[in-house]
Amino acid sequence: MSEVWRYLVAFAVWPGLLGAVPLGWLMLWFMRKLTARLQGRRGPPFLQPFYDVAKLLGKATVVPAGVRRGLFLALPVVSLAAVTAALAILPLPGNPVPALPGDVVLLLYLLEVPVLCEVLAGYVSRSVYGQVSAMREALLSLAYNLPFLVSIIAMAQYVGSFEMQALQAAPYGPVHAVAAAAFLMALPARLKLNPFSIANAEHEIVADAHIEYGGPPLALFKLAHALEIVLLVGLFAVVFVPVTPWPALTAVVYAAAGVALLAGITALAAVTARLRLAQAFRFYWVWGGCASALTVAAVLVL
Amino acid sequence: MNLLERVVAIGRRRSPWVCRLNAGSCNGCDIEITPLLSPRYDAEQVGVQLHGTPKHADIVLISGTLTLRSRRAILDLYAQVPAPKAVVALGSCPASGNVFADSPLVLGESLDTVVPVDVWVPGCPPRPQAILDGILRAARLLEEGATRSQQGESVS
Ligand code: SF4
Repeated sequence: MSEVWRYLVAFAVWPGLLGAVPLGWLMLWFMRKLTARLQGRRGPPFLQPFYDVAKLLGKATVVPAGVRRGLFLALPVVSLAAVTAALAILPLPGNPVPALPGDVVLLLYLLEVPVLCEVLAGYVSRSVYGQVSAMREALLSLAYNLPFLVSIIAMAQYVGSFEMQALQAAPYGPVHAVAAAAFLMALPARLKLNPFSIANAEHEIVADAHIEYGGPPLALFKLAHALEIVLLVGLFAVVFVPVTPWPALTAVVYAAAGVALLAGITALAAVTARLRLAQAFRFYWVWGGCASALTVAAVLVL
Repeated sequence: MNLLERVVAIGRRRSPWVCRLNAGSCNGCDIEITPLLSPRYDAEQVGVQLHGTPKHADIVLISGTLTLRSRRAILDLYAQVPAPKAVVALGSCPASGNVFADSPLVLGESLDTVVPVDVWVPGCPPRPQAILDGILRAARLLEEGATRSQQGESVS
């Protein structure tokens, strides 16, 4: 297989669109179902995330008056493409793409694109609620990215390489545990879950930054969000979960880690209330800062 | 109907997203919507989600007597819902004005003269089961392409 074909397969099939979209729906369903069970409800049927997207794709697109049509419709496409590209370079078992020097940096960059799209979506929609949400999202990303980026960059420093596969193959040690803690701290905010569901606070500001989006563009944003869950869970598994020499076994270990991780953050979301922006900001800069300092210290000492 | 259209149609029945509009209700009808999301009725098990914005909605729940000022709000909100859409009228008020009929502040007409109503849920207020049933009937109409807006009808 030539290089180009490998990338195309990775982008379109696995771990890209064709494989990750159903996986993302499965994760979304799992999170919604678990939340419902924790609240004493029955919860949505298994195919619910699929029905939601199918229905949205079959609706009309309404572009608000006075909004740049091209930009409005491009944002969800860019967001989805960036998340898929990030998945394509993630060395999950079965990924046909060879190691790429510096792909950690590329991955971290691509991870920021959906956040940027979200902020822009809020601002271009010309809705006050969307703009408040965009502002919250932008400020929150300044907070949670401290422990998030430090955890990944510290691992790269520990391994001495900016290659995902080197990070994956690194011998397991105490540094992994410390860095994983910093990563986990940032995860609920990245996925916009309680207690950090500040940018999509449906009771205060009606909806998230997609407030003016409906129909197919909204479906693309929903897909991008589902893929983001796959991406972040996959990133956690690749960097912080020990890899085995057998790809099949690695896949099983990653799946188990993913289920545990999703169950944990869903349970946290179900038992907590939303923080205010200033509280979340302080949390990430004080406790996230401590975790980051600890991670860096661990890398330098061990 | 080809396979793709069939899948979308099933999606319309299985994922009815609802937004509600209080057009001058005494709040009785609106209070009865809240239990739908509670553990007792759990509307999410049939795919119903309550959304705050009409842009995300498929079904608009309209409750209350129509007042002189709410007419424009109803038309405005209805226009913002992306097609296909359905309207469910909650309670006796939108149909007849109920106990407020003949007040100088209410419009002496049924909601049907403002937007095409697909399902009427009677009661003052209707019970949550009846509201859920109304939503599901509207969702089935959406699947069949049988809502009045899908049939090309529009009022005013
Ligand atoms: S139908 Fe009854 S409960 Fe509902 S808004 Fe009218 S008066 Fe209130």
